Amino acid sequence: MVDHVDGNALAGPLSELFRDDMTTATGRCASCGDVSVLAEAMVYDASPGWSVRCHACGDVLMVIVRTADRLRLDLRGISALEVSG
Amino acid sequence: MTSWTVGTVASTESETPTGRSIWLDVPGWQGNLPGQHVDVRLTAPDGYQATRSYSIASSGPEPRVQLAVDRLPDGEVSPYLVNDLLPGDMLELRGPLGGWFVWKDDDVRPVQLIAGGSGVVPLVAMVRAHAASGSTVPMQLLYSVRSPEDRFFATELESVEGVTFQYTREAPDGWTGALGRVSGELLKASTLPPPSAVFVCGPTGFVETVADLLVELGHDPGTVKTERFGGK
Repeated sequence: MVDHVDGNALAGPLSELFRDDMTTATGRCASCGDVSVLAEAMVYDASPGWSVRCHACGDVLMVIVRTADRLRLDLRGISALEVSG
Repeated sequence: MTSWTVGTVASTESETPTGRSIWLDVPGWQGNLPGQHVDVRLTAPDGYQATRSYSIASSGPEPRVQLAVDRLPDGEVSPYLVNDLLPGDMLELRGPLGGWFVWKDDDVRPVQLIAGGSGVVPLVAMVRAHAASGSTVPMQLLYSVRSPEDRFFATELESVEGVTFQYTREAPDGWTGALGRVSGELLKASTLPPPSAVFVCGPTGFVETVADLLVELGHDPGTVKTERFGGK
């Protein structure tokens, strides 16, 4: 079992969807209400993509699927997303 | 969107028995902050692609970028980067990436850097940027490694003030510390007290242990930034 990494690793994949750097964006966990920067989330390999979990409660924040020609972002566990600027 | 681009290997240098640094010329590189990373993408002849993130040891506006990579035994990308890549070879990458785990030279807080193994790479970029900026804020590095030969940038770091090495398995002759993992006692004795900005990078287990110990020592969790690269 390989350990999880953290949200820093999502900077590249999420740059394909968002103009701003999303690792510094804050997300609110739909399950526990914790508000944290995405860099602090727990990121698990779920090839061909990642499962992203709240660092406070462990519930799924989002699921990213990256295939050769598609990127899919499932935001099931984020009730708000905020960037500065 | 940060687009994929192609860098050309300018040179490589052995750093440890399993790791090396790689200088890349990247046309159009926009420069990077210390602590940022790139994604590197390898494509097999059948079209299969593998992408991994690697920290940048250099920073600033120059279009020449230094990565440092440790070879993972069952890795899909790192064995190629450490064993096979030659000067002149081209490598697909995108970056700079990540705006959170970065040090900015206008930050007036004292800075404590804590590295486990190859987690030192983004922190070396911060050490270099700190020296280059002439910043007068204190910056210290605590670098935990298995043995002296496992240190990345060993010669360079030995000449920097404020660097403490911690050995977990094997120490050099004359070293007076106690072998072992980073403990609360060691952190108390060898790192800056709160309030300070702390950057911790290394294998996931190392980072979580150290981050918890820092909070026990009175650091505000909001001042401790972490970057994990996995591991078993």
